[in-house]
Amino acid sequence: MSTVSRREFMGWMGRAGVGATLLEVIPFNIARALEAAIEEFPLLWLQLSNCSGCSVSVINTIHPSIENVLLDQIIPGYQLVLAFQQTVMAASGELAVKVLDRTHEEYKGRYVLIIEGAIPTRDGGVYGSLGETAGKPVPLADRVRTLAPDAMAVLCVGTCAAYGGISAAKPNPSGCMGTGEFFKREGISTPIVNIPGCPPHPDWFIGTVAHILLLGLPGAEDVDEHGRMKLFYGTTIHRSCTRRDYLDDGVMAQKPGDMGCLLELGCKGPFTKADCSRRSWNSGVNWCIGSGGPCIGCTDPSFPDGCCPLLVLPGGVSS
Amino acid sequence: MSATVRVKLDPITRIEGHLSVETVIEDGVVKEARAGGTLYRGFESIMQGHSPLDVIQFAQRFCGVCPTAHAIASAQALDTAFGIVPTENGRVIRNLVGGANWIQSHLLHFYTLSVLDYVPGPYAPPFIPRFEGDYRLPKALNEQLMEHYILALSMRLKAHELSAVFSGKMPHSASIVPGGVTIQPTVDRVTTFLWRLRELRNFIDNYYLPDVIAIARVYQDGFETGIGPSNLLTYGSYDLSLEPDVTKRKRLLQMGRLVDGEYRDFDPARITEEVRHSWYTDSGPTHPSEEVTVPMPGKTDAYSWVKAPRYDGEVYEVGPTARVLCTALSGESPAMTEVTNQVLSEVRVAPDVLRSTLGRHLARAIETKFVADAMQDWIMEFQLGQPVCAEFSIPDTASGVGLWCAPRGALGHWIQIEEGKVSRYQAIVPTTWNCSPRDDSGQPGPLEQALEGLAVRDPDSPIEVLRVVHSYDPCVACAIHVVDARGNERGTFRAV
Repeated sequence: MSTVSRREFMGWMGRAGVGATLLEVIPFNIARALEAAIEEFPLLWLQLSNCSGCSVSVINTIHPSIENVLLDQIIPGYQLVLAFQQTVMAASGELAVKVLDRTHEEYKGRYVLIIEGAIPTRDGGVYGSLGETAGKPVPLADRVRTLAPDAMAVLCVGTCAAYGGISAAKPNPSGCMGTGEFFKREGISTPIVNIPGCPPHPDWFIGTVAHILLLGLPGAEDVDEHGRMKLFYGTTIHRSCTRRDYLDDGVMAQKPGDMGCLLELGCKGPFTKADCSRRSWNSGVNWCIGSGGPCIGCTDPSFPDGCCPLLVLPGGVSS
Repeated sequence: MSATVRVKLDPITRIEGHLSVETVIEDGVVKEARAGGTLYRGFESIMQGHSPLDVIQFAQRFCGVCPTAHAIASAQALDTAFGIVPTENGRVIRNLVGGANWIQSHLLHFYTLSVLDYVPGPYAPPFIPRFEGDYRLPKALNEQLMEHYILALSMRLKAHELSAVFSGKMPHSASIVPGGVTIQPTVDRVTTFLWRLRELRNFIDNYYLPDVIAIARVYQDGFETGIGPSNLLTYGSYDLSLEPDVTKRKRLLQMGRLVDGEYRDFDPARITEEVRHSWYTDSGPTHPSEEVTVPMPGKTDAYSWVKAPRYDGEVYEVGPTARVLCTALSGESPAMTEVTNQVLSEVRVAPDVLRSTLGRHLARAIETKFVADAMQDWIMEFQLGQPVCAEFSIPDTASGVGLWCAPRGALGHWIQIEEGKVSRYQAIVPTTWNCSPRDDSGQPGPLEQALEGLAVRDPDSPIEVLRVVHSYDPCVACAIHVVDARGNERGTFRAV
């Protein structure tokens, strides 16, 4: 089905002695036509009220690497095209904003909208904007209103995008809300898949994208009541916690740095659904509880308001 | 014929956060510049009423690129409020976790965020569209730098892994707490850290530093553009001793100021924030420990959510240039003087060029090597089997301060505790200094000053503006905020 991959195309250009100079002048459409036999999925990645931690976490993907994600077909025959992503894209200003407009026009119903960060809605959305139209800043909420209805699907990367998260924590100064709540208010019916976590694990993002490429959008049987894929968020941290034995043996940490079950220090593992304890983080190097930090519940829809206090001292004193 | 155009870049991409930069260009030269964030989050009010033990996790979420710096500054604010100092193991692990993320952040900044200003990438998204500029590296070097761009993606990831060995996970670590950390330095962790660090040091010495120097040699004019204020400020970083007063600590990177080329001391009591041109209710110059942040969208003459921090009422730039020069000129660090001289002599430039567009990149590379080399020694300072966390209790009433450096520059956190809860929290982050708007007396902020006088070849493709902005490595989610930058219209308005 595929003729030439993006990487092969660029390698071929190099071998043919076509250097950077010519590459610069070849029209975008020719490059695209050469890849026409591959099914392309343009991705528009909007950063709203966020800290960029989700982006930085996703680029920690190892198999596939982020290089593979940018240049290769992560599933044979399917090419992701990261058309708009503010952390990596070359263009700035109006030149960058035009990519949003053009993809919206050319790929109606076929692009995937990725949302990172919560949507600021207070006072008409003045607390967050992206670019201008006719000299007026365009609120982030308006960008979502424009782009979401024509997307094939919306992936909410991180707890802020999914449920409001830390951006919407009390007293929620900028009136932030998660995408699902915003869609309900605005009557937008584009399918949503939530990939919560503060930040989410790169495998959760790549896995959700792979599911869409291979099997289509996750069905009702694939997700839980909070719109998360059961594959990653099916059981609690506690169920397979590496410190579970301590609880069974009644060994409870009483102060930071103690060995033992972290429940009495405020661990949210018993109700937080995610596979951190089995998957581990940063290429399997470690994870929160592995380093002695209690789970703070960052994949839970109630995070952070419903998870505080995040760390407690059972006796009021750490000694 | 005089041609005036007003050019607004919104969004500035390849930075952390939401920033817009508006310039007035007359006859090809920037006459006036205004910088501001385009997002307000209001973390200070979110933290009020919380347990003090929550703030380390909240403060990290200021920024997903430099969360460990916020974790450490915040933990330090709690240490001082609780009247404790970290254990020795806690000190070493905080330094190592912070250092690992320092490497991560600087590799990300140079390769992922900045290289594309000098090297045209492949002809495919996200490398196109792009501003067409005076890309002038030889073809072979161009291709080599793109290979290193790809390689750096995996090295940056390895730096995150390095940090996670002792921080649990990245971004947003789990192990940093008041009094130290929660993780034991076991022999397996110590050994894997040592060898992971060795791999990164190899990349810093044999790729990162040479690549910055290679670009600097070809784009020599980058040493004459983007000159910021002559006042430089740094709080220092990486504790080598543990006096209760953080300003008295011996540090790897020195605390201090540089004024007209002279090293001076630093007194945190002289910091104020001014908000005449920011969207907050006016309060006059106020010390951060007494500040109240009340948003006021629509305020007259305001054009930014970023506040204007000043020292003795003066504009100061923070960041790698301030750190390298203050450390070298403090007389406390012959090693820093040596590595700086070595790099500068390779490019054949004098130390004062570090205040320029490319100088900031050079300073960043110099201090990356300096910190990574020091980390190698710190690993051997562990006291295996000794406590990682000091004992503490939460006082009813207390105040504390954390003074540290994020990869982008001086980072201060101030906390007040009443009835055992957070009653006030303020942070002044590096980008608040560097991307500050005009202050109460009308002085433009560092980035605004650095842009003034800049030659822009083509206002439709203002790559020169991007190069100056990126040299500051803005981190706007930390700093925060603008709404609408409508000033007096002059000439034609153009949004690029």
